[in-house]
Amino acid sequence: MRLRVLLCLLAGLVAVLFAASLLIGPAHLPIGTSLRALFGSASESHAIVLVMQEIRLPRALLGLLVGAALGLSGAALQGFLRNPLAEPGLIGISGAAALGAVIALQTGLAAAFALALPLAALAGATAAVALILLLAGPRGSTLTLILAGIAVSALAGALTALVLNLSPNPFAATEMMFWLMGSLADRSMLHVWLAAPLILIGGATLLGLGRGLDALTLGEDAAEAMGIRIGRLRLTLILGTAAAVGSATAVAGAIGFVGLVVPHLLRRAVGARPSALLPASALGGAAMVLAADIAVRVIAPERDLQLGVLTALVGAPLFLNLIWRSRGEEA
Amino acid sequence: MWGSVRISDLIMAVGVALGLASGATAMPARVVSMNLCTDQLAMLLAAPGQLVSVSFLAADPLSSAMVAEAAGYPKNHGQAEEVFLLHPDLVLAGTYTTRASVDLLRRLGVKVAIIPAPDSLDSVGAAMRAVGAALGREAAADAMAGRFEADLAALRARPLPPDRAALYAPSGYTSGTGTIADDILRAAGFRNVAAEAGIIGYARLPLERLVLATPDALVTSQHYPGASRPEAILHHPVLRDMIARLGPPQVAGPDWDCGTPKLIDAIAALQAAHPGARP
Amino acid sequence: MTLLTLDNLTVRRGECPVVDGVSLSLAEGECVGLIGPNGAGKTTLLRAALGLLPAGGHSSLAALPPRARAHAAAWLPQAREVAWPVSVETLVALGRTPHLGARGPSPEDRAAVDRALARMGLEAYRDRDATRLSGGEQARVLIARALAQETPLLMADEPIAGLDPAAQIRTMEVFARLAAEGHAVIAALHDLGLAARHCTRLLMLSRGRLVADGPPEAVLTEANLAEVFGLRAHVERTAEGLVVQPLGVTG
Repeated sequence: MRLRVLLCLLAGLVAVLFAASLLIGPAHLPIGTSLRALFGSASESHAIVLVMQEIRLPRALLGLLVGAALGLSGAALQGFLRNPLAEPGLIGISGAAALGAVIALQTGLAAAFALALPLAALAGATAAVALILLLAGPRGSTLTLILAGIAVSALAGALTALVLNLSPNPFAATEMMFWLMGSLADRSMLHVWLAAPLILIGGATLLGLGRGLDALTLGEDAAEAMGIRIGRLRLTLILGTAAAVGSATAVAGAIGFVGLVVPHLLRRAVGARPSALLPASALGGAAMVLAADIAVRVIAPERDLQLGVLTALVGAPLFLNLIWRSRGEEA
Repeated sequence: MWGSVRISDLIMAVGVALGLASGATAMPARVVSMNLCTDQLAMLLAAPGQLVSVSFLAADPLSSAMVAEAAGYPKNHGQAEEVFLLHPDLVLAGTYTTRASVDLLRRLGVKVAIIPAPDSLDSVGAAMRAVGAALGREAAADAMAGRFEADLAALRARPLPPDRAALYAPSGYTSGTGTIADDILRAAGFRNVAAEAGIIGYARLPLERLVLATPDALVTSQHYPGASRPEAILHHPVLRDMIARLGPPQVAGPDWDCGTPKLIDAIAALQAAHPGARP
Repeated sequence: MTLLTLDNLTVRRGECPVVDGVSLSLAEGECVGLIGPNGAGKTTLLRAALGLLPAGGHSSLAALPPRARAHAAAWLPQAREVAWPVSVETLVALGRTPHLGARGPSPEDRAAVDRALARMGLEAYRDRDATRLSGGEQARVLIARALAQETPLLMADEPIAGLDPAAQIRTMEVFARLAAEGHAVIAALHDLGLAARHCTRLLMLSRGRLVADGPPEAVLTEANLAEVFGLRAHVERTAEGLVVQPLGVTG
């Protein structure tokens, strides 16, 4: 019951932020005009309809989808590894997805076949999750997770920079910041159509893991004896996370710390149950990314301030705090 | 700024920079250019055999308006070592390029003339004459600048409808008041949408403000091979929609980038892009 | 009715058998103590019987599909792992995992959780954070979780280690009562005195082999204790039941 109330509150927050994302922009349009244009009213000019339907709507939709994907993936990874530091960005999944996306773009694969972009990002993300789960072992210790994450991120980052530097396009090298920090600026409905199917499939897959993750609270042995198939759970988690994070990163770059901050803030409120944390973190992630994306537009409308800068400014201190605390526990 | 400087003062200034006595102009025998724009002016103005090397960009068709001419010259990459080994009497450089190399060359005793890029059409002639003075080719430079100024005046005098144009480059950058691109638009009879939007210098114009400004013509940067996110904005559906209504955009190519007579071609091409002037 | 049958169950680590050809069967009503010194293979035997380890031979539980097995036997591992700060009630309710329908916990699931909490005397702890309990309290909560699974068979690995004497006795009494009600319990135990007093049957394991199987009086002989545990012990039948008191080590 308490969970239902919390989810309703979060959904309300997401709805408000979604509306704000639609209504706030560098061109200051009156609310009535914006809404009429959004629904394609003939009384508004073609230009305003375009702004609402082709610039602001995809940006708000992507904020919603990308944020939900990141929050949900963070909660699922944490539940599986039983470690609150597991986060798609920190353990290198986003970085590897970015590498996959950059390869698809620079080889021309994405130009020849649009879905190659999210699929290549998914491939990169899958490799990273599988590698991390292999390295971290059944219960991901903090040290192994962080070290494995550093290694995977560094390798993926270096290869991404290499591919961009080898590009014949002089602007390609300047987009490194986008892949490292992430942004929703100037995306279109095309990007929504590219990312949405895999994010929704991955998200639905992860939401279905709640019971298994709950049982894992008692450890692998106890969970398995309660009828949970750990091997299948692991495989489903890998594919679900890779699909959600991969396609989110393919269109928005690597936005870090959402999957860390959101589950951390909501864990107590949902009674720490991993299954309850999944939908709550999806909503919370959407709210956080929508809010951060509104903030970059309000703080520096004329600058290309990357979204991930804000999430990192919020997330990194929290991350340090969690390391500090987990050090205390392991000592 | 250049426009307000008297030519004689300018020649004096260049002369002083070269360490020459006031009024006495010697003709350097071996000249190396390290900057795309001085490359092109030097190729147009130098005496046969006087120019021994131009920068590699002069031969890049995406950057240079004089690729064919540049083919005949050895290329340098703006590095002090390779330039020094060419034993130049004079090095031509731009204001913003290769500052570390320029400083190093000067410490090695090489004469370096820094030719600032013109920031308006009215200062183009002065830049031409500055390169001419540095090369000891004042007469050729004067003739080129005079022709340029006359052509420019003729283009500006043509009556054209008061259409509005927008410049749009990768990452949504545009050129507002105080840029030579703005000057080129105005010389071609357009009002610059970015300047109207209050943009000064080279800055970002958010896509939605571009759309709401409803320009009559669009000028984009040329497309480079391969993919990049900064260029992706030029393929955004709202720009495609704009292009579908306005026709293919004018491309601000190499002709726009340097203060050479090619600017006249660029302005003339742009004048033909007025909606009413199109077939 | 037989709840578990093992036939020549063997687990090897490399060449070396850790569990070596164990055959036995467990019926309802039995409260079985699995005893043996450290390294005798008690944990390995229980996990292999559940199918959590690859093993040779046959185990009737390991042969079941996961969900059916979870309805047949509950497993209480030795490691007292509680990963998240959930409430005691939530933790105990995890025992209902194999019973949950698509729509979440039913009234029957809630009743089972209440019964388990009551049996372990944990009603007052219902809303406490399970990660902030004392070790003994946490052990009782985890036992309650296994009880909430309400399976015919309960398998526990050293369930009373670390509990105070009263809690140890109370827990053994819970197991004995479960057996009396028609369930069966098999628990690896180190306290021979409690094993003697509360179990209906003892299995003595030595180097992976089942060396004695029978009522406590038959298994806890001075000869067996000396040979398997290296212990000199006082064993006496009293009006309160069998009393086993180790006095020293042999040799």
